[in-house]
Amino acid sequence: MSTKSAKAELENIFNTHFEDFEKSLNGLSEKSTHEIRKSALDSLNHIGFPGNKHEEYKYTPLTRQLQKNFRFERFASTGKLKLEDLKDVPFYNENAHIVVLENGVVNTELSKVNGAQGLGIMPLKEAFKQNNEALANNFGRHLFAEKDAFAALNTAFAENGAYIHIERNTSVEKPIVLLYITTGSGELTYHPRNLIVAEENCEVNVIESFTSLNKGNAFINQSSEIVVEKNARFNYFKLQNESESTYHIDNTQVVQHRDSLFNAYTFTFDGALIRNNLNIALEEEHCEAHMYGLYLTHGKTHVDNHTVVDHKEPNSFSNEIYKGIVNDHSKGVFNGKIFVRQPAQKTNAFQSNKNILLSDNATVNTKPQLEIWADDVKCSHGCTTGQLDEESLFYLRSRGISLQKARNILLHAFASDVLEHVSISFLKEHVEYLIHKELD
Amino acid sequence: MLKIKNLHARIEDKEILKGINLEVKPGEVHAIMGPNGSGKSTLASVLAGREDYEVTEGSVEYLGEDLLEKAPEDRARSGVFLAFQYPVEIPGVSSTNFLKTAVNQVREFRGEKPLDAVGFLQMIKEKMKLVDMDQSLLGRSLNEGFSGGEKKRNEIFQMAVLDPKLAILDETDSGLDIDALKIVADGVNKLKSPDKATIVVTHYQRLLDYIVPDFVHVLYQGKIVKSGDKNLALQLEEKGYDWIKEELKATV
Repeated sequence: MSTKSAKAELENIFNTHFEDFEKSLNGLSEKSTHEIRKSALDSLNHIGFPGNKHEEYKYTPLTRQLQKNFRFERFASTGKLKLEDLKDVPFYNENAHIVVLENGVVNTELSKVNGAQGLGIMPLKEAFKQNNEALANNFGRHLFAEKDAFAALNTAFAENGAYIHIERNTSVEKPIVLLYITTGSGELTYHPRNLIVAEENCEVNVIESFTSLNKGNAFINQSSEIVVEKNARFNYFKLQNESESTYHIDNTQVVQHRDSLFNAYTFTFDGALIRNNLNIALEEEHCEAHMYGLYLTHGKTHVDNHTVVDHKEPNSFSNEIYKGIVNDHSKGVFNGKIFVRQPAQKTNAFQSNKNILLSDNATVNTKPQLEIWADDVKCSHGCTTGQLDEESLFYLRSRGISLQKARNILLHAFASDVLEHVSISFLKEHVEYLIHKELD
Repeated sequence: MLKIKNLHARIEDKEILKGINLEVKPGEVHAIMGPNGSGKSTLASVLAGREDYEVTEGSVEYLGEDLLEKAPEDRARSGVFLAFQYPVEIPGVSSTNFLKTAVNQVREFRGEKPLDAVGFLQMIKEKMKLVDMDQSLLGRSLNEGFSGGEKKRNEIFQMAVLDPKLAILDETDSGLDIDALKIVADGVNKLKSPDKATIVVTHYQRLLDYIVPDFVHVLYQGKIVKSGDKNLALQLEEKGYDWIKEELKATV
């Protein structure tokens, strides 16, 4: 079978699924919402799944991997998850608003969302029914389904996931934790979709954490739209530690308004193939965005982080630090784009990607990409890939510290500047634990 | 304590040490002097186990054992300490954690129990006084942003903490003003004892006013070409190294 026809076959499969999906909706869905789905499916059919030479996917042959490992015969089902399954799931027992999603579907019984003034959390499906103004104004309006096949695919099947709305002037004290748990046996696919609207002057921490309790291949095709309105402060954490047969693609589109602050943290450990597209649009002046990433991989894990920060107006600041420790046969990919549009004078934009290879078979592909149309800006980027510094190793060893311990100390130090800004202690401790587990 | 016999070492294809012979006994202070590029720092590095250098000939015996066989950490654990000429800055590694790890790995090797937090802090405070070190430095990343003087002081502080039998000071005086030099030398002197030995590698005589050597050796072109007592250092200070080079030419 040629790649081209295989690609087309994959598209056909999802078109058939879409017909089934439409039937299951039973005409209940709001017309405007469904129009967005249909137009996303048209986009998917128009652009098609990325082939091997697609510029954005050339180091990450996601389409080929899906063709090879999936048959896409049925939707993922739910109802297997029990309370006792959650006892070892990280964060379930933390003091937080816990939203449990089984195969992308919110399980309201197992979720623990305490009433908080100004905070609304509900399943996306429920929000579609209510179709309030914030949903109608934002759903499908920010994620560019016409540019990325997987974002289009997600939008076409958008039904499950979380809708979170933080009213203006609200400081949400406890973090909101979205616990994605994959259950079941045999292969499965799901398309979780989130919409988070943080209104003016609000403050919120959102954590997404992914856990696999399933057996078999899983394809998680996730998308989120996050709106950060004027002067809002938003910390967004993503922890991906999944099974070795999980294929996970994430499209997150963030839109920031004047004087807002957005901090994104992406921690990636296990998985078969993980691709994160994190796009931040700085729509107005005086926005500040930080993107921190840390990936520690072993085995055959493939992690690809693509980020875009788009400076559209003057006086904004963005800073990006991604770090990778890549072991065994695993692979890290980084692509960081910074756009500074012509009106965006006085922009400060910085980017760095540093990698340490722990094995001869580990690889990293890193590519910074700056496109600057404004002339009064400060921008920098840099990337390095190498081994641990020999001189530092020798220094530690010359003080009686074993080679293994010395390597460990240096690797922890390397990872630390990504972690040091994390203010939620239970999250920080858990990530530190995972780093220890990975390195020791 | 230390017996170096006919030591040859090279880095890549360049032979730097060309047959060093030196014996150091407990309680002695040896100064190794010489012009730039003579191999002084190489000798210090080879003794500490830096892997960039390849020993091609000769032997080094330390406390009756083959020193060259040992990994750098095992040399340190058995009491060899190198004070670096250029201490490395290691961002993200806290000075305190680093020291605690080092101390306890050395203690473990010696069959001693690890120090607990209280015992460790107590010991640290005592040793800091020796080199008049500011405690705030311990809260920072290892050597990161330290001034030249602070780095050198930190080396001597680490030496005090690890309590070595053989201390090798590699150009510890370079880049120090006279006050810092006195403090560092004072620290070294306080750590001296009849069962310990010190090798001071230096380009200048200045340090030797404060750390008085029993023996002075001149290293030139990878060999020790002249040995004497502390007066040799004074002579070198006064006349430079050229007269030694001339002497050598004459004998050839």
